[in-house]
Parts: sequence; C-alpha cells; structure tokens
Amino acid sequence: MKPPPFDYHAPETTAEALTLLAKYGYDASILAGGQSLVPTMNFRLAQPTVLIDINRIPDLAFIRSAEDGGLHIGAMTRHRSAELSPLVAEHAPLLHETMPFIAHPPIRNRGTLGGSIAHADPAAELPAVMLALNAQFRLQSQRGERWIAARDFFIGLFATAREPDELLTEIALAPLLPRTGCAFREVARRHGDYALVGAAAVVALDAQGRCEHARLTLLSVGEGPVDVHAVYHLLSEEMPSADVLRAASEAAARDIDPPADIHASAAYRRHLTRVLSEDVLTRATARARGSH
Amino acid sequence: MATRYFGKPIRRNEDPRLLRGQALFVDDVHRPGMLHMAVLRSDYAHAQIHGIDAKAARERPGVVAIYTAEDLGDLNQPGPLLVAPPPIDGLVFHTRTQRPLAVDKIRQVGEALAVVVAESRYVAEDALADIVVDLEPLDAVADMEQALAPNAPRIHEDLDDNLAAHVVQEKGSYAAIREQADVLIKRRFVYDRGTAAALENRGIVADWDEKNQHLKVWDTTQAPIPVRNGLAATFGLAESQVQVIAPFIGGGFGPKIMFYPEEILVPWIAMQLKRPVKWIEDRQENFFATTHERAQIHDAEIALTSDGRILGVHDVFLHDSGAYDPYGLTGPLNTQCTLLGPYDIPNYYTEFSVVFTNKTIVTPYRGAGRQHGVFVMERLLDFAAQELGLDRVEIRRRNYLTPDDFPHNHEIIFQDFAPLVYDSGNYAPALARAAEMIGYEKFINEEQPRLHAEGRYVGIGIVSYVEGTGIGPYEGARVTVEPTGTVSVATGVGTQGQGHFTVFAQVVADLLGVDVTKVRVVTGDTNTFHWGTGTFASRGAVVAGNACHAAAQAVRTKILKLAGEKLEVAEEDLVLENGRVFVRGVPQRGIDLGDLATQANPLRGAVKPGTEPGLEATSYFGPERGATANGVHAMIVEVDPKTMLVDIQRYVVVHDCGKVINPLILEGQIHGGVAQGIGNVFYEQLVYDDQAQLLNASFMDYLIPTATDVPHMETDHIETPSPLNPLGVKGAGEAGAIPVGALFAQAIEDALGDVDLGGHNLKICEMPLSPNRLFELTHPEARGAA
Repeated sequence: MKPPPFDYHAPETTAEALTLLAKYGYDASILAGGQSLVPTMNFRLAQPTVLIDINRIPDLAFIRSAEDGGLHIGAMTRHRSAELSPLVAEHAPLLHETMPFIAHPPIRNRGTLGGSIAHADPAAELPAVMLALNAQFRLQSQRGERWIAARDFFIGLFATAREPDELLTEIALAPLLPRTGCAFREVARRHGDYALVGAAAVVALDAQGRCEHARLTLLSVGEGPVDVHAVYHLLSEEMPSADVLRAASEAAARDIDPPADIHASAAYRRHLTRVLSEDVLTRATARARGSH
Repeated sequence: MATRYFGKPIRRNEDPRLLRGQALFVDDVHRPGMLHMAVLRSDYAHAQIHGIDAKAARERPGVVAIYTAEDLGDLNQPGPLLVAPPPIDGLVFHTRTQRPLAVDKIRQVGEALAVVVAESRYVAEDALADIVVDLEPLDAVADMEQALAPNAPRIHEDLDDNLAAHVVQEKGSYAAIREQADVLIKRRFVYDRGTAAALENRGIVADWDEKNQHLKVWDTTQAPIPVRNGLAATFGLAESQVQVIAPFIGGGFGPKIMFYPEEILVPWIAMQLKRPVKWIEDRQENFFATTHERAQIHDAEIALTSDGRILGVHDVFLHDSGAYDPYGLTGPLNTQCTLLGPYDIPNYYTEFSVVFTNKTIVTPYRGAGRQHGVFVMERLLDFAAQELGLDRVEIRRRNYLTPDDFPHNHEIIFQDFAPLVYDSGNYAPALARAAEMIGYEKFINEEQPRLHAEGRYVGIGIVSYVEGTGIGPYEGARVTVEPTGTVSVATGVGTQGQGHFTVFAQVVADLLGVDVTKVRVVTGDTNTFHWGTGTFASRGAVVAGNACHAAAQAVRTKILKLAGEKLEVAEEDLVLENGRVFVRGVPQRGIDLGDLATQANPLRGAVKPGTEPGLEATSYFGPERGATANGVHAMIVEVDPKTMLVDIQRYVVVHDCGKVINPLILEGQIHGGVAQGIGNVFYEQLVYDDQAQLLNASFMDYLIPTATDVPHMETDHIETPSPLNPLGVKGAGEAGAIPVGALFAQAIEDALGDVDLGGHNLKICEMPLSPNRLFELTHPEARGAA
C-alpha cells in the first residue's frame, strides 16, 4: 500500500497553481486535504504522475458573508473550520447541520470543502448539500475564470464539469429566502461512515404558509447527488401537510434508481430514502414555520 | 503466604512503555543494510499458473532480488500440519498445506506467486507491477455446499472431491431417545466469515549473522518457540542457532499462531542475501493472507420432554476450511464440544464435514468454533422455550449441570485429544446474578409491555455458555532473583496485549515477597526461554501462570533454605517481605534478596557438592486437561423499526473463570471480547462473490465497531476454582466474544417479536446481522424487488 512514484509541486500562489495545471493538466491531481486522494494513491487506484499540493496557498481558505446575506467560502476551508464557523451557522444552517456527519474530527481537520466537492463522491454529504443550496462554484484557469452552478457541476460518478486545467477556488451560497427551513439526516453503519442513504431538504414558505420553494437532495442513491425534482412539483404552492410531505417522500423513493452493494440492497436504500425524505421534509417545514 | 497482589486490580506493569510509545513492535526493528520484501499475490481465486516473467522487475533500479517458486528449489515444500487430528474412530482427514510460493495452481485470492526484495518497500511494490504472470483462470467455488456438489471445481485435484475431513462423535443414542421426545425442534443455522483484524498486521524481520552462523528473527507470532523449531528444521540448523523474538504485538486472537509462507521466506532470503530483510504485511494483504474464521452451516435438532428437559441434540454441520487445512480440526472440534454448554445432555450425535473452498484458510480466531456451537444450542433452547411456553431463563436453569455433577464427562473428544471433561462449575448463580443485574423480570413484566405500547421495539436477551480453556500440553518459566533484588521471570509464551507482564509478576511477587513492579517478565524470546508451545486457547494464565507459580515456589524454597543457613534459624521462622528475608518478629535480622542472590553465586572458594548457583529455578506445568470457564451475557436492545438500526442499551456479563488474578485485566479481556463479538455479529462480514473474490478487503467496507458502537458493560464474577491447577484459575481470553451472536439473535428477535411476517414471527438463525439484513428478514416482500 505504497503509491507509485510521482512528481510533487507545492505552489504558493493561485497563479502558480494555475500555471502548473496548465502545464500538467490531465496527468496531475490536486492535493487539497488528501483524505480521499492519498488512500486511493496508496491502493494504487489513482496513479497521478504529478501532484499539485495547494495547501500552501494562503488565500484559498476563507469564510466571508456577502452583503446580500449570502456566503463565500474558499475551497481550501477545512471541514472543521466550516463546522465551527458562526457565519456558516447563521447563513447556511443546512451546511452547519451536515458537517458533523462527515467522517470524524481528525478527517475533518484535514479535509477541505473544495476537495470534497471536486472529488464528487456520490456517497459524500457536501455535493448533495451544495445541490440543495443551489451553490455556485468558481473555477479558475490560465484561460480565465467561470462560475458554475452545482446542478451543472456534478455530472456523474466522481465526475464534474471541472476541466483538467481548472482549479476550484471558491463556493458561493446565495442568501436563503425568508421563512426557509433546512434539515439533513443520514443513515450510516457507524457514525462517520459513508451514508447508506442521506437526505437534505430546503423548504421556503410564503406568508400564507404555502410552499414557495422546496428542494430535496439525496446522497448514496445514484451516480452523484440526486435532486428529486418531483418534490418541488408536488409541494409547489401547496400547504405542506403531513400527507403532502409523505406523498413527496414516496415520490422520492419511487423516482430513484439506487445501487445495491454489500451494505444495502436497492430495496433497503429505497425504503431508507422514503424514511429519511419524510423526516427531513417534515423538519425543514417545521423550521420554516418557526422562522420569521 | 500473603496474597498482596493476587486477586487485586493493580495497574499493568507494561502500560507505561506501551502508552509512551516506547515498546518494541516488529516494525520498530531497523537493521543496517536492511532490505524490504513485497509479495506478489494472486488476484484470482482459482487458476492454473503457466508462467511468471520477472525480467523487467529484476531490472528496476533498487530491486535486489526476485524469487519465484522455481528459485526456491527444495525450500518450497508444503508447510507442516500444525495440529494433527485427534484419535477418533472413523475420522477422515486429508492434509493439504500451502507451499511458500504457489506451484502450478492458485487456490485462493492472495496466494503468493513471487516475492520482490528491494532497497525500499516503495520500490518493491513498484516492481510487483513489473512482473508478468500468465494465469489461466479456473472456475472457482466459494460456497461450502456448492463445493461438495458432484460437479464442483476440484480444489486439490488429487482428492476425489472437496471434502477435507469428516468426523462423527456420539454420546448415548440420539436415535433411540428421539422417539420418546415430547418436542422436537429442527432448524438450519448459518454463521458467516469474519477476520480477526488485529490492530497490528503480521510482520517479520530476519537478520543472518554469517560470522556467528546465527539467525535472529523478530516475528509477530503467538508461538515463537514452535517457529524457532520450524525454522531450524527447515534450514538444517541447530535450534540454538536460531533466535525468534515475539516482541510486543498489537493483537493476536489466533491467526498469528500459524507458520505462514512469509515466516519461511523472510529468514531464508536474509540467509541467501546475507542482509537483513523486513516484511510488514499491509492491511490489504491481511485480508487475504492472514487466516479467517467462522463459516459453518448447521442442521440441528433438539429433543425435549414436555417440561423442557433436554433428551438429546442431533447436529450435522459443514465447516469451511478455505483452500488448505494446516491447523487440523481445532475449530470444528471446539464447535462440537462447546455446543453442549452448561447443560446436561444425555444423548448427543454430532457430525461434521470440513470443506475445501477457494477462499482464505480458516484457523482459530478468538472463540475458535465455540461461537457456532453456543449459537446453535442457545437458539434451539430459545425456540424450545417458545414452543413449550417456558421462560428463557427457566429452560436454561432446568437443564444446567449441578455442582454435584463435576467432574462431568461428556464422553466426546475435545481439541486436546482427551475426552471432554468439565473440571468444575456452578452455573445457576451466574444466571441468577445476570438476570438480577439486568432486571430481567421487571423488564419483561413491566418495561417491555409499556414501551411496546408506546410503539417502541425493545427486547432482552440472556444466554449462557461454557468455554474450554487452559489446555496442555505444557509451559515453563524460569524465575531468577537478580543481585539488584529485582526478580526476572522468563516464559516461552508470546504476548499480544494480555497483561502477562503483570499477572505473572503478581503470582511471583506474592511468593517471593517483593514489590510487583520489581518483577520483570520476559515473554516470547527463545534465547531467554526456549521450551513451550505458545499463546492460544485461553491458556496463558492457566498453564504459564502455574509454571511461574511453581518456579517461584522453588525459588522461595531456595531462599528459605539458604537464608536459614546464613541466619542460623529454622526455615519456618523466616518471613519474606518487602524484598527481604528475615526472622519473624526480628525484621532487622535478615538479608536483602539481592544480597542473598549474590551470596548464592560465590566467585571463589568452594560449595557443597550438588549446589546450584543463584536463587533461580525453572519449572514446568502441564495440566491433565483443560479448565472449563463459563458465563452468562444479558442485553437490552432497541431496534428502530424505520431504519433497522440497533441500539444496545444495557450489556451485562457475569463470568466465572475460577480464581481471578487481576480483576482489572480480566475486565479488559471481557470488554475487548464483547467488542469483538459485537463486531462479529453486527458489523463484520467477509463478503465473497461466486468466483470467490473478496468484495470488502478494506476497513472502508469491512466494518470494525468503534468506541461509539460498543456499549458500557456491567460485569460481575463468580469464582469456582479449577481443581486442576494450584492457582485454581481458568482461562478468560475468549469468554467475551463467544455468546454474543446467540445473545444478539435472542434480544433482537424479542424486540421485533410483534412483527407479523405473514402468520409467523421473526426467527433469527444466522450470523452476522446488519440493518440491511434485518430489513430483508422483516420485509420479505421487498426481497428481490428494487
């Protein structure tokens, strides 16, 4: 369990990193927190010939609130920093609620938000949460920069829209609508394991208590984070009663094509999807009702 | 003799070194010029080898040597049969053991094809990828029953089929008693595979001293002396030319008692290259190349009277041996013998077939077949209790052997080749105590109905078991009073965390009247003590502990004799205390033990003919048979019916391992065993596909319970001494792990008892469980549907 040889670069500025990415592109892997990359290299499942270590670039780690109430998070922000950040707690309560589910404190101390997002593991929490929050990602390269929405970024199993010469540098979260509630829950074999199924919900109500916006995303039930579109259609402009939420949860369980593996059959994943969807939609709705 | 330490929960002598990272483990051994070995292992479970081309690998910079089977010559013989089967009439056993490197054929994933020796482990692993192996995959067989089918792929082509062994044992006549039974319960029980997953993987460092013609080997073995003997025999060396050191080891649990291919290859290569060689097994290798345990299928029947008395048990089972069977029949024999448990079973028919499959070799791992026997017996009793409308505690109590029944001869042959005779036991108090501690009556009469009414699925389990421990043949110890006044104890058993440095010291310290921290124990270094067999079968405290006791007793006799002469008093007037021997009532008239040791080793002058120097003695202890420990585990669980996650709310262990040397260490043994048991029954499972590919060979997918998954345990002890050894002790190493499967099954079934599965209730007849499996068992309609 030792990696094959590779060249190692440790740029100290984003510009240097982009130069290296432009040069090595397809042969390079970007080392952020290394919590997924390093084990896969030791298993020789990943064999990059060039490693670009961006841990020495100081200006990639930050959490800032925007004037509109949104949040900007640097890609090298450690999980633990986001977990403990009052700004995240205030402006992105869904992210705040989710962070403790990600692995264990030693892993969160090293792991980064950008790394988890760019890795795009279908069983990871952050892609699903980013999708639920309509996050925008900033991709920079020597060719310039672009912003891309989470729904366009995650395109398949460990696959994203990031080009090989691009570096994910920033995550932008828009402010939540008034009367918004969020909830996250997952079922894992042991705390900190990859979830068998996870669900994130965002529900915004209008002044009359009807659903103005609803989003349910799932993890570990598809090739990437799964956005359950049916939920939006079922809830839109409805009073979110228990029956409506249950119907939406059943729709979520019906619409997915979950994988089977040694820890969970497809039927069990479908069952958990229904259970967790109902749970997060119910809690998100209650929170939306409780907020002003 | 004052028992200042025996029975006291004193802290462990070895912990300061372990906790500070100052203890030596095999990977801490660094020798000048040391090379690193990596092993090329088969990706296929069953394949014909057509050729191995290592040319490119040999040319890689940093590679020193590559060895294939051809390069090994005569060294590449099938390994030894480590434990021969006992003499049982009609027994069939086909010995098939692994060669260091596979020849012609691969029989399991991970079987070694070649080794690379290089200047670093990194280069060695790079070179593995350079080796081209021409393998022709053969149809593989993973399933025991399929392996016995007439058209199954043949694993050892010189055998008629894949049957490795067949054994029948019978006591009384089950067939005769079956007719008289009021109730017959017959079920199929399945127990799947797991692995010990010790914290430290295996590792070996070998250094051949050409000038002294001496081989020094550091090895993560539980049996350093047999390894030393095996290496000497293999290389044609005198045993005194080989030193095997088993330093601190991060967990043994049984699989480290083999004689693995790497244990021959590393020393042999060091001798060939005349440079030290290190091999440290990585976690991925460990999943394939270190032995597994557990897979059995039982078809069992119990016959009872209408008042719940057992008339007999009939059990026929399959035992998965994996690709080879180097450890004989210890596992399935333990199953046969442990199934009887604490019960009076007058008629018992037990038959097993051991099956070769294309999977990793199965050898004993903590519990070593005992789990399966307990699972089958306890489940049969649970089902019988339901059928008869009897309480679970009551049906057990009714069938216990009573204190007057001991010694009790079960008449079948145990793993130590002798009839299974229980030395002593007192079972009813342990059951009563466990039921009392967990509040059994109150729970089933009040709490469970109340919680059920609230829609909560809570259940209780209570099971009992015995554990054959402390078997022979023998161990030895040498006790020496040093001139400094400290006491050295040397014994041949290896140590893997059991607390030997403390419990042996306690035994010796009490006899010699010294502070326990002044007793320095050395285990597992063949140059320090070179007789013995190893650490296995919960026998360290029983066999080596009593050897330490005997040696310390002999030293005590020498001390009293010499001090009596020096102080000119009768021996019976002397006291040993605080590192001194002195005249009773006159403490100032005495000698420090260190000074006495110096006087016992004169450098000039004359001694009486026959005088032995020093205050030292070597003694051996071999029990006539094993000592039988027992216990009861009880548990309360809650199952979330929506997710099928299981929450253990209470866990109670009442245990009887005879006299307790150190309650603190015993608690640790129980806690660790229960934790491992919980892993084995609810988290861990080695999953194979139909071509015998292991699908979860990493800790991402092979789940070990963590601290958050293991409950607080409440323990108590009952002491029924063993009459078979002077200390009255019994083994405790496996007790925590053995009954957990039976307990989980009963408690979860109790929690989900109301779930109607189309006219019948949940019956758990398999291990391990998981939330997914519980979902499948309780949602039969969802099976197959996605």
